[in-house]
Amino acid sequence: MRVLAAMSGGVDSAVAAARAVDAGHDVTGVHLALSAKPGTLRTGARGCCTVEDAHDARRAADLMGIPFYVWDFAERFTEDVVEDFVAEYAAGRTPNPCLRCNERIKFEALLDKAVALGFDAVCTGHYARLSTVDGRVELRRSADDGKDQSYVLASLTAEQLSRAMFPLGGSTKASVREEAAARGLGVAEKPDSHDICFIPDGDTQKFLGDRLGEQPGLLVDDSTGAVLGRHTGVHGFTVGQRKGLGIDAPAPDGRPRYVLSLEPVSGTVRVGAAEQLAVSEIVATTPAWPSGVPLGDGPVECVAQVRAHGGTAPAVAELVGDEVRVHLREALRGVAPGQAVALYRPDAERGDLVLASATITGTA
Amino acid sequence: MTYLDHAATTPMLPQAVAAMTEALSTLGNASSLHTSGRRARRAVEEAREDIADALGARPSEVVFTGGGTESDNLAVKGVFWARRQADPRRRRVLASAVEHHAVLDAVQWLADQDGAEVTWLETDHHGRVHPDALREAVERDPGSVALVTAMWANNEVGTVNPVADLAAVAAEHGIPFHTDAVQAVGAVPVGFAASGASGLTLTGHKVGGPYGVGVLLLARDVPATPLLHGGGQERDVRSGTLDVPAVVGLAAAVRTAVVEQPVRAVELAALRDELIGSVRAVVPDAVLNGDPERRLPGNAHLTFPGCEGDSLLMLLDARGIECSTGSACTAGVAQPSHVLLAMGVEPALARGSLRFSLGHTSTRQDVLDLAGAIGPVVERARTAGLAGMRRSGRTSLSFETEV
Repeated sequence: MRVLAAMSGGVDSAVAAARAVDAGHDVTGVHLALSAKPGTLRTGARGCCTVEDAHDARRAADLMGIPFYVWDFAERFTEDVVEDFVAEYAAGRTPNPCLRCNERIKFEALLDKAVALGFDAVCTGHYARLSTVDGRVELRRSADDGKDQSYVLASLTAEQLSRAMFPLGGSTKASVREEAAARGLGVAEKPDSHDICFIPDGDTQKFLGDRLGEQPGLLVDDSTGAVLGRHTGVHGFTVGQRKGLGIDAPAPDGRPRYVLSLEPVSGTVRVGAAEQLAVSEIVATTPAWPSGVPLGDGPVECVAQVRAHGGTAPAVAELVGDEVRVHLREALRGVAPGQAVALYRPDAERGDLVLASATITGTA
Repeated sequence: MTYLDHAATTPMLPQAVAAMTEALSTLGNASSLHTSGRRARRAVEEAREDIADALGARPSEVVFTGGGTESDNLAVKGVFWARRQADPRRRRVLASAVEHHAVLDAVQWLADQDGAEVTWLETDHHGRVHPDALREAVERDPGSVALVTAMWANNEVGTVNPVADLAAVAAEHGIPFHTDAVQAVGAVPVGFAASGASGLTLTGHKVGGPYGVGVLLLARDVPATPLLHGGGQERDVRSGTLDVPAVVGLAAAVRTAVVEQPVRAVELAALRDELIGSVRAVVPDAVLNGDPERRLPGNAHLTFPGCEGDSLLMLLDARGIECSTGSACTAGVAQPSHVLLAMGVEPALARGSLRFSLGHTSTRQDVLDLAGAIGPVVERARTAGLAGMRRSGRTSLSFETEV
């Protein structure tokens, strides 16, 4: 196959590309320039589109002897990921930019371009297992539980996944690093990227504040309706947040208070006790079916996951119209509108199968 | 391999390889006073004389540098500093908007860091700077102009400027005129004295010489503050031990390229016209950028509407055909060319452009190879260009109405 390997400059995508070469594919490496003004120095271990990252990707491609190019996706990335991220926060929701990037950039903008240019597949260093069974795509969790990235891939359609290649799905991160070192890749010891690549200093609140400015509102006790304080914008909060609420007076019962909900129009942030955070009913819309098959009729037993790492619970899900209704058999905390809920069918042997992903619009 | 990127770098001429090879195994620092030193110095001075002779300059006007970028920086910053020191009112720099980054960024640096006032001279839609535009800018306040810089021939679109006419305007007011002739030497007739320029940049690897060596031709009466301080080897304007093998190789290349220029230019222009004709026969809506007549003989710069340059480049590269999308930043990202933007080309169209450049090793087979590949490549890149368009309709692509 003709394979386009997306190479971030990190160890995972480098090993993934090398494995694709070993598998006999005709591989071309591409580094996506996602920042209009790439940093000139690696900022900690976090940056993911600096000049150094492009350099690291190029050197990895050199070692494999494959053609390598840098493609400019900065405009698409800014519009589809960064602006979306800011707009979602402004609307009181909690977006996942990695998921959005997979959905709109890597497996839409890049994949479409790759296919048009004659490539058969896009290869990335994601930790998720992908196979085709009876002509149908199956997306499963990685063999490395700690690194599993199926959650941020779960909103891809079967069509997108049919042209994806994840050579690292069956490996652990540790073994990938060892392999990188054995292959002589200079990025073998490069630290993992964390957080959000376009916020290299990790200060999300400042990033949002710079873009959204001050939009003052009230902090309100959800139970009593009492005004507890003022804030400079709902984008400074996420559901489940405890620290930095700026409340002077302690709660009457002396227990910590958490953000329960955000109301962007009125600017109200509702806070309450920990148990009020517990969510057992989720409503989500715009479902994606990674295997190409919608949830069957009636309730489906599954495991629900509400964030990239952790946050799983046994659940019963049902498709009603174009909404997915999920009843969690064990309550989860910190479930916020804007996040995705991914549904899995447990499979200890081959990896949990991804059934669906949908965007959370309501919780109870 | 079909190499159509001679404007990026061109193979070394055999004469240059031979001269340089011999010099590489010869001992001597050209500044040393003993026999080996004198031998090295003699090689340097003969090289200086050869270059001066080939380009209509005096040997004392030849300042060896580390390449085109250094020559441009020395001319722009060095002359600006010296002229302003002589008269603090001289703070204006007049530069064409289509300069190479070595000039463009040096000028911009003076503006950002050193109080220069820049007037970017507009060009016509071929990228040509008009003497009238220069005159208008100069005569706004001639006493405040530190220097004027305008390239001899554009590295991207190949347009040749009326350098003598531009230099004459500057000379009327006693203002130094620098020209970046990196693409011009060996491609079109270049005479330093005849041009009236007071500074001229050339570099080794674009004329069939080695990398990492260049020349600033600098008239004796033009003051320049050094960028590099040290031994003062080159007229006290440039310090650093001379790279004798590179200097010798450069001189051999310049001598050969200038001697062969008249014949080569005719051959290359014919080949270039065939290239343009054969590409447009397959892709009728391809647009030739730059001046159709007054252009470098080896340059064919074409826009392929609806395509992205990086797609075209990759698809051609996969077929063994090498060309260029234009300027690239340090990360290797293709940016819409500032030259095309200055010429009034739409950004989306600017991104869909390729430069094919011919040189002394080019053959008719190269042109045939390109002609055979370009049709399917453009067709495929066009599909990819459409795939890359935003679905929301926020795209700035406007080729459907612009062409």
